[in-house]
Amino acid sequence: MKHLLSTENLSLANAIRILDTAEEMAAVGDREVKKLPALRGRTVVNLFFEDSTRTRISFEAAAKRLSADVINFAAKGSSVSKGESLKDTAQTLSAMGADAVVIRHWASGAPHRLAATDWIDAAVINAGDGTHEHPTQALLDAFTMRRHWSKLAGLSSTGADLKGMRVAIAGDVLHSRVARSNVWLLRTLGADVTLVAPPTLLPIGVESWPCRVSYNMDETLEKGVDAVMMLRVQGERMNASFFPSTREYSRRWGFDDTRLRALDSLGLKDTIIMHPGPMNRGLEISAAAADSPRSTVLAQVRNGVSVRMAALYLLLSGDTREPAATPAATPDAAYSNAAYSTKESH
Amino acid sequence: MAHEQQDAANTGAYLIRGAAILGGAAEDLLIRDGIIAERGRDLAADGATVIEAAGLVALPGMVDVHTHLREPGREDAETVETGTRAAALGGFTAVHAMANSTPVADTAGVVEQVHSLGRAAGWVDVRPVGAVTVGLAGEQLAELGAMADSRAQVRMFSDDGICVHDPVLMRRALEYVKAFDGVVAQHAQEPRLTAGAQMNEGEVSAVLGLTGWPAVAEESIIARDVLLAQHVGSRLHVCHVSTAGSVEIIRWAKGRGINVTAEVTPHHLLLTDELVRSYDPVYKVNPPLRTNADVEALRAALADGTIDVVGTDHAPHPSEHKECEWAQAAMGMTGLETALSVVQHAMIETGLMTWADFARATSTAPAGIGRLADQGRPLEEGEPANIILVDPAARWTVDPSAMATMGRNSPFRGMELPGKVVATFFKGHPTVLDGKLNTPYRYPAEAQAAGTAGAN
Repeated sequence: MKHLLSTENLSLANAIRILDTAEEMAAVGDREVKKLPALRGRTVVNLFFEDSTRTRISFEAAAKRLSADVINFAAKGSSVSKGESLKDTAQTLSAMGADAVVIRHWASGAPHRLAATDWIDAAVINAGDGTHEHPTQALLDAFTMRRHWSKLAGLSSTGADLKGMRVAIAGDVLHSRVARSNVWLLRTLGADVTLVAPPTLLPIGVESWPCRVSYNMDETLEKGVDAVMMLRVQGERMNASFFPSTREYSRRWGFDDTRLRALDSLGLKDTIIMHPGPMNRGLEISAAAADSPRSTVLAQVRNGVSVRMAALYLLLSGDTREPAATPAATPDAAYSNAAYSTKESH
Repeated sequence: MAHEQQDAANTGAYLIRGAAILGGAAEDLLIRDGIIAERGRDLAADGATVIEAAGLVALPGMVDVHTHLREPGREDAETVETGTRAAALGGFTAVHAMANSTPVADTAGVVEQVHSLGRAAGWVDVRPVGAVTVGLAGEQLAELGAMADSRAQVRMFSDDGICVHDPVLMRRALEYVKAFDGVVAQHAQEPRLTAGAQMNEGEVSAVLGLTGWPAVAEESIIARDVLLAQHVGSRLHVCHVSTAGSVEIIRWAKGRGINVTAEVTPHHLLLTDELVRSYDPVYKVNPPLRTNADVEALRAALADGTIDVVGTDHAPHPSEHKECEWAQAAMGMTGLETALSVVQHAMIETGLMTWADFARATSTAPAGIGRLADQGRPLEEGEPANIILVDPAARWTVDPSAMATMGRNSPFRGMELPGKVVATFFKGHPTVLDGKLNTPYRYPAEAQAAGTAGAN
């Protein structure tokens, strides 16, 4: 693995490897000194063409815990007329000796361009590109689901996949890079995915995706589901007639209090509610659902740092090395997986 | 002295010996004074320069109905000089220069300028296309009559790149050009259905997260336009047809006797939206690359005549407009120097067309659409000597950096393609010999001017 651009082409072995490494990284986060020397002397650039404080600080925390030097580059100009081209920016970073570029871009495919051209030689991590992919988000979601799923089975999450887990992803799939990355990764991990959305917010061509499609939230819940992932929906979409009003959207496709109660009445006591954030409370998710014990929203944020540490570590330490379980990286090699599982109480 | 050279260049006689005429039997063609003086077997050279053409195919010079020469305004992308050099090397003897220059070719002045630049360059016949509406803005008809009456004698009008989407304006344009036997060449793209569109809408766009460009945006405009053309009894040309559905509508319209012609680009005959998975903007084009099913339908339509012509939509761009994010990149591909090879590969080597069909689709039919009296003619005695010689057995690897066009944005880069233009005769003068640029044709008036200038 030289780059992490998408989950579409991420093999099962590599996915499991990242998730397992993230488990080890999570252990570091539980220690008093939350720092490893693994990437000392390496430079990680956070190249953000789009505002995303959450993702940026998550990557920043991940890089710093691995002792890398971090440069934050907020290249916010959103049109070519506003300044430097991607090529020039990339070559500038290359000249400064960046070892990894974490790129967030409003244009789908921008990370692929960086990786495919000779503009820069660094490892490229896609931190979200347009409406294409957001692979580290899907990995942290999978990490969160895997802990939950393994715990229910009474097993260690290390080495585990998601076979048999029923996951509903609901909302604006059309414009969601999170949905795309999740669909591919969950397929690879063996989960059973249903997309729930108004037909206007599903892409033409979705029928060839490795998942089911439903227009009905309640039916999806009734069929049984182990995780419900709510996607952020922009209220402005109603101006382009994707749906008539935010209220109608909320009634038909939002995770409201009625549906929260329905999980109980349907006997789905272990079903978790996920959201990549930031949430529109009252639109795609009610406050009660967001704050309920089922919600994994904060666990997702916490796991994000571990997953991004794993990605940076694996890309920058080279393929040939053993994943972080080297004595140098994790002095307390005698960790226990059960210890992690108990941490995630929801 | 200069005068003598120019005369020698233009009035030289050439004996093409043993070329397969339209891919048929080998015959000789004697070219003298800009015309085919004689066609037959074992013709006497009689002082003419002999060109041994055994194994070569002789075809009428190709006529492109759809070329972007970028001048005036974007001389950093292409000039009339560089674009027509590329055309000659690609086997063309005439190109229609699209109107989306800066300023827009929406007045007699601009089309005459482009026309004059083409004559000064002397590589091919440059036929300016006039804009349908002022500034391509889609609001008010440009002075179509003035352009038709100008020295450029414009017969084809197009807002190419932008669709004349207002149905009333389209109706009026179709009606108005009847006064001078003009044709409206429509870029069929419903603008509301394609706001922000980046690529064909389908399975690939769904995965790539690029805004889709639905086939229906093209097909709905074509359906409307053929009905308008029928209603007002006008001549309609549909630019760069790209979908199987469009083919069906045009086939239906022709079946009803509607006076519609259609064009397909070489790239739409070969490439599909699968290539966009690379996010390499060299594959970004308008209309977008479609699916394999569309490619198959377009090939069948060109073979059976539903689609009349091949038009390159040659669209050179400076490298910075392609070395960027997909969404930022300009749309368009170069095509003049690869058209023949791509069509040979997609249509002839697949058995769908013969060289005679090729001559129809790349020369006779486009000359008819543009009303070019001396282009696309049969290779017979007394006809204008616009002729190309093609080596169908040649194989070459596309190298954009070696092209005459200033554009390096060829989607065929690195591909091995068949067929090579060995010679291009424009008005009896070899603009290309041995596969390389020779010298431009000099119009008598210009030749005289050059002679006078030399004398002074």
